[in-house]
Amino acid sequence: MKQYTDSGKKDTRSGFGAGLLEAGKRNPNVVALTADLKGSLKMDAFADAFPERFIQCGIAEANMVGVAAGLAITGKVPFAGSFAEFITGRVYDQIRQEVAYGKTNVKLASSHAGITLGEDGATHQTMEDIALMRALPDMVVINPCDYNQTKAATIAAAEYDGPVYLRFGRPGVPNFTEPDAPFQIGKIYNMNEGKDVTIVATGHLVWEALQAAQVLENEGISAEVLDVATIKPLDEKALVASVLKTGAAVVAEEHNCAGGLGELVAGVLARTTPKPLEFINGGDRFGQTGTPAELMAAYGLDAAHIVAAAKAAIARK
Amino acid sequence: MKSIQELEKISSQVRRDIVRMVSRANSGHPGGSMSSADFLTALYFQVMDHNPQTWTREGHGQDVFILSAGHLTPVYYSILARAGYFPVADLGTFRKFGSPLQGHPSIRKGLNGITQASGSLGQGVSAAAGIAIGKKLDKEDKTVYVMCGDGESEEGQIWEAALFAAHHNLDNLVAMTDWNGQQIDGTTDSVAGNGDLQAKWEAFGWATIVADGHDMAAILDAFAKAKALRGKGKPIMILFKTDMGHGVDFMAGTCKWHGKAPSAEQCDAAMGQLTETLGDF
Repeated sequence: MKQYTDSGKKDTRSGFGAGLLEAGKRNPNVVALTADLKGSLKMDAFADAFPERFIQCGIAEANMVGVAAGLAITGKVPFAGSFAEFITGRVYDQIRQEVAYGKTNVKLASSHAGITLGEDGATHQTMEDIALMRALPDMVVINPCDYNQTKAATIAAAEYDGPVYLRFGRPGVPNFTEPDAPFQIGKIYNMNEGKDVTIVATGHLVWEALQAAQVLENEGISAEVLDVATIKPLDEKALVASVLKTGAAVVAEEHNCAGGLGELVAGVLARTTPKPLEFINGGDRFGQTGTPAELMAAYGLDAAHIVAAAKAAIARK
Repeated sequence: MKSIQELEKISSQVRRDIVRMVSRANSGHPGGSMSSADFLTALYFQVMDHNPQTWTREGHGQDVFILSAGHLTPVYYSILARAGYFPVADLGTFRKFGSPLQGHPSIRKGLNGITQASGSLGQGVSAAAGIAIGKKLDKEDKTVYVMCGDGESEEGQIWEAALFAAHHNLDNLVAMTDWNGQQIDGTTDSVAGNGDLQAKWEAFGWATIVADGHDMAAILDAFAKAKALRGKGKPIMILFKTDMGHGVDFMAGTCKWHGKAPSAEQCDAAMGQLTETLGDF
């Protein structure tokens, strides 16, 4: 199978920070807003380079979303950043009216997504955000897999005209995609071609999926790995073509079962390609305190669980 | 320059439009539309630097208005139509299927003059603050106006925006409160006790002006004071003291007409109290 090298663990939020700085250099209309989380969102470099284009909003996320919408109306390209829970669930109605229904060119920068932010526990761990953002008409939902892809996706989000939800995380995760590869919104990246099962993964679970594919290959099972970096709009053509070929699939995501990538994929396949399908997700649960590795194991989000799910899907063919 | 008498003629017609639109649609919000009709007429026909022919959503080169209290579409649409943003005849399609005159303002239906969606309350001051920052970044010496209700000011986001705009010295932002003392469930004092709004806005760091919202001379004076306060480091709030349902005796001073449509007979009775000055739609 295709080999990927982890060039060293890096947090995807730093990929966002690097992408934001680059986007700011390319386009003077790019502005950034935060609700007292400049450091956590890695916005320092942007704020230092473009102090007049950095807007501190204080701990008031609802107002921040509205201010971002207003800036977008005047032609600016605002990135409004907070933790995933506080830039989705806390301000859902503001996003719905001011950004999605209002069709403003706002980029919602969502850090510390999922349970792997770790020790802060369940109040700060959202596994519902993809469902919320997916439900909004015209919202683009991007969940990149590593530092390099997050940087590229941030630049692509700045160049796209319309609302974007850009999801990334706090812990260091393997950095394995090509640096400075262009990012195409709405494209599934085929990371490894296979013929027995398709592993449909998003976010840093793409790395876990690749590890699982290696284990499966050692046992004589050929697994295709898809990186669904853009959850909405979904690249249905690439998904269906892969599952038609392999005849079974596993969907892996750091998100609850309700409304995530799993249900999205299931809906597409039910319409077009009904095949055995297994799910790797957080279930219908809240998070808890722990290290990222402890939590991924406890919630069944690691390579070992993907291997078992792949075998289960194949057995049902 | 329009005279006070000319502005009063326009606001009389706007009130006729409001009652007729809501009555024909058999739904909508006449009470707050009538309480804000005088100062919004002054804003669009005398105060604001705007041009319906060259208007764009981006608002470059013009003053901008945001209606935070989005349910007040009857007054908003009437004034936009009477100011030349779209045909007056379109007012007859208010709240009808397929009409760009949606129940609450939409930017998705191609209606000229609408800068932002609203309806979910408490959000317009934030959007206006963002536009005000955008104008400052673009070094555009124009004013952003936003109107909210006094009942709406029970929303926490209003006060987030108040804190934010003062902190960022948005002295190109002029907000207006339609201080009519009424909301759906009763008087504002009985529902949530929002009390002395002027003291609250002052405490949040805004320059404030209080004026009689049904005295056209006082309204123009308040806007002149607001213009004089521009560029002085503080956002500006004009609190217009008004009566809900003002202009029709059986609709005035009560929350009952917040979101209720007059019957055909009630509409006729109201028309007897409001002079047709510019021709009905």
